Amino acid sequence: MRAADIATASFLMLLGAVVLFDAVRLGFRWGSDGPQSGFFPFWLAVVVIAHSAGIVVQAVRKHSTEAFASREQLRMVLTVACPAAALVLFTYLIGLYVAGAIYLFFYMRLVGRHSWASVVALSLSIPLATFLVFEKWFLVPLPKGPLEAWLGY
Amino acid sequence: MGIDNLLLGFQVAITPFNLMVAVIGISLGTVIGVLPGLGGANGVAILLPLTFRMPPTSAIILLTSLYWGALFGGAITSILFNIPGEPWSVATTFDGYPLAKKGLGGQALTAAFSSSFVGALFATILITLFAPLLAEIALKFGPPEFFAIQMLTFSSFVGLGGSDPLKSIVSIALGFILAAVGLDIVTGQLRLTFGMTPLMSGFDFIVAVIGLFGIGEILISVEEGLKFEGAKTKINLRVVLDTWKMLGQYWRTFLRSCFIGFWMGFKPGGATPASFMSYAFARRASKNPERFGTGELEGVVAPETAAHAAGVAAMLPMLTLGIPGSPTAAVMFGGLIIWGLQPGPLLFKEQPEFVWGLIASMYTGNLLGVLMVLAFVPLFAAILRIPFAILTPFIVLICAIGSYAVHNNMIDIWYMIIFGVVGYVFKKLHYPLAPLVLALVLGDLAENALRQSLIMSQGSPLIFLNRPIAGVITAVAAFFFVLPAVNYWRHRGKPHLAQISGDSTS
Repeated sequence: MRAADIATASFLMLLGAVVLFDAVRLGFRWGSDGPQSGFFPFWLAVVVIAHSAGIVVQAVRKHSTEAFASREQLRMVLTVACPAAALVLFTYLIGLYVAGAIYLFFYMRLVGRHSWASVVALSLSIPLATFLVFEKWFLVPLPKGPLEAWLGY
Repeated sequence: MGIDNLLLGFQVAITPFNLMVAVIGISLGTVIGVLPGLGGANGVAILLPLTFRMPPTSAIILLTSLYWGALFGGAITSILFNIPGEPWSVATTFDGYPLAKKGLGGQALTAAFSSSFVGALFATILITLFAPLLAEIALKFGPPEFFAIQMLTFSSFVGLGGSDPLKSIVSIALGFILAAVGLDIVTGQLRLTFGMTPLMSGFDFIVAVIGLFGIGEILISVEEGLKFEGAKTKINLRVVLDTWKMLGQYWRTFLRSCFIGFWMGFKPGGATPASFMSYAFARRASKNPERFGTGELEGVVAPETAAHAAGVAAMLPMLTLGIPGSPTAAVMFGGLIIWGLQPGPLLFKEQPEFVWGLIASMYTGNLLGVLMVLAFVPLFAAILRIPFAILTPFIVLICAIGSYAVHNNMIDIWYMIIFGVVGYVFKKLHYPLAPLVLALVLGDLAENALRQSLIMSQGSPLIFLNRPIAGVITAVAAFFFVLPAVNYWRHRGKPHLAQISGDSTS
């Protein structure tokens, strides 16, 4: 926990430095007609850097043996995060409905080990219901791919 | 005058279409409140794109009803499953779950829903009375006053939020920085984009809300390894009526909790501390405080009344000042802008139908809500029996849809995933998320108010002190900002007080 705290705060200090750099480029002083573009970001960056430094000091002083997350916990988090990232990638390639169906199918089958029948039924009906609600009733277009094009949408 | 407006509001709120919208909103909201990983703020955010083509009044009724439903749903999971669906229901689990284990779940639920209703009703009445007055005063505000009020908003997260003050300040500044990314509308310069085209349009806070609260919350709950062990419950008309008879004796607790809730909820981040404070006060005032925590009905009444009063009160600053007091209110604030309305004091003058329709729908929505949840508790509780491996991908999928639909932009879904991971890390390290989201929402407004004020004063920051209203507000804000430091010096060497988990997503 302590290491993660220090690492995060250090990263935020770095981020603050990047913002500071751009704010200086934009100009952070008084322009011809008011504060320049970098004025607000400049002071925000100063605040982030100063307080993140405070968090680092605080964390260094504190003694904690507690881990940020156990190996098992991290594994659980990754089994959710990685398929979610894959869903986004596939949405980009083949549209949201097909990607959603594939995602639901694999997640329920491989992680949940649910029966084939319920997995197939759910992974088809949920995207279909989504299609009806968004595309048909509320007229909100979602990303579509080759399958929808072939069906004429 | 006030009564006329309210009647006008009721004419809007009780049209069949708007009543139907309210019923749908409450049902969906209760489901969202029960589901892990979905709460008021991201539930409202996901459904926002569906309202783009609705009339604004129906749209806001849908979203606020959703919010009331989510507040009710939180109580179901806390009492029956010992899982606080929302941060402000944590205090409800203290006595709610023991009651349910004793087989008195029906009583606990009835008490919780009725208290919620009382709290909400109280806050709605106060809003009805005071919102027009506050809007009238706010019309006289200039940029310095608005900037001072925004500082007050953020200072209360630092001074009263309960999280590490350093981390609260970093969260606020990060939110403002994210808001600054993209085109600077005043000078036309590109800021913090570093030559990357996708960054030009900046970050949308709705995507941030869905990522931080939705995806982040799911990652937290899978890590904790969710196991639902629900207590069985019986709830029927007899239980409800018997419980109502018992609730009368707690009128002092009701009244106290209403005031605590409204007072805390009017300021940002208030619902969670309000529920804890109200619980603590009820225990202190009780004749038998030792019974608290073992299944005392009063221990359910106090936090639920306060949490709902606070949840409703959070709407007041959004309506009258144009400054949302909570992430959920912030999402609604974003909705108002998308529907073409200008949130703030002028709303009362220019859109009376909208404002009073909304206020009237707070009465009807909460009444419908309490009746619906009382009638359908078993149905809502059954949602938690759906296996986690089905719920998780479903929630991720609808989060992705919600993020995409805001701007029809693929990059937003990527941002959602990134915000999700950030939300997970921040939550574990106790960085409060609510101030970050509020800063992201208010970033441009705050910066413009600051710039205009400084232009008015030719660059002197004293303008925030030497105008009477702004001066008082700035002084209070400064007090809250330095309060943690003062406490730190006073309590040096002593062990830290137990901290209330300060992240309110109300």
